[in-house]
Amino acid sequence: MASTITADTKINWGGGNEPFKASYGKLMMWFFLLSDAFTFSSLLVSYGLVRFSFPAFSGPGTFEFSHEWWPVPERVFEAFPGMHALGIESAPLVFVGLMTFILIMSSVTMVLAVEAGHRGSKEEVEKWMLWTIIGGLVFLGCQAWEWTHFIVGTEHGLTFQELINGEWVTRTIYGANLVENEYGPQPFADFFFFITGFHGFHVFSGVVINYIIFYNVMLGTYERRGSYEMVEKVGLYWHFVDLVWVFVFTFFYLV
Amino acid sequence: MAHDTTLTPEEASKKQIRTIWKVAGLLAVVTLIEFAIAFSPVNQTLKIFIFVGLTIVKAAYIVGEFMHLRHEVKFLIWSILLPMIFVCWLIVALIVEGGSIH
Repeated sequence: MASTITADTKINWGGGNEPFKASYGKLMMWFFLLSDAFTFSSLLVSYGLVRFSFPAFSGPGTFEFSHEWWPVPERVFEAFPGMHALGIESAPLVFVGLMTFILIMSSVTMVLAVEAGHRGSKEEVEKWMLWTIIGGLVFLGCQAWEWTHFIVGTEHGLTFQELINGEWVTRTIYGANLVENEYGPQPFADFFFFITGFHGFHVFSGVVINYIIFYNVMLGTYERRGSYEMVEKVGLYWHFVDLVWVFVFTFFYLV
Repeated sequence: MAHDTTLTPEEASKKQIRTIWKVAGLLAVVTLIEFAIAFSPVNQTLKIFIFVGLTIVKAAYIVGEFMHLRHEVKFLIWSILLPMIFVCWLIVALIVEGGSIH
């Protein structure tokens, strides 16, 4: 009996066990992503708290931008490149929908690259990795356009009265930055820049890491190694970036 | 004997690619449904619950299929899921709390 216990102890505590049946690198990527998810959730949690501590527009009349109430997202994000040339007045959430589609598609090409890696097909991994990188770059370009539009603001701006040195002054502001916000209460702009900025930075680093892996695939590093697991690890990161966007899309643009 | 359940590598790969495209289609459809709801005259509180619910559905498919978590060991699944369940609760709790601050 004593000998069985020693044997069991050896099996469980002697090392060489893989309770998670995953390689060290993959496991650590999972735990890094978990901690990164905490960071993003803290941003989204504080956004949710602040957003619902402001009143929503309750009439009368149609919705107008004001510092008094939280803006309606489909009124803030209603621009699409070239829409005025086509005579369209407003395209609510269409551009951000396109961005979501682009990011989901780049996630699909990433998982196809991982799948090709399992088969050890170098050409296919190259092809799908390249599409993933292109998708990431297009997304970043879209975000740059969206930020520019958000910062520049609408043509009419927001006119409001302000008490300066005991006198009421009428002032018009255009767009938003970290000090002033045409669309609504100041925290709305601050959160927009912080959350989409932090996510955009993740996309940017994802594109850089994807490119490094793509370059290594082209050099044949993983073919020599006999395993395309690096593609899998970077794939985990890329899907996470997509996952975060799904949440940002819901909390920032829909709710 | 187990001929119909065991697949050749090519068949397995084809099946996986089909699953990938199916999940992609599902994600697109759910996003379109969210769009439709965003512009429909549904009660705001109900809307938020629907959006959060559909987002969790999308997240489950991305994490489960694309990130392959569904096919990992039970221990790994739970060490990732358990903390996130608490985070989801925190998001909902503080959204409710926010409504009480004025």
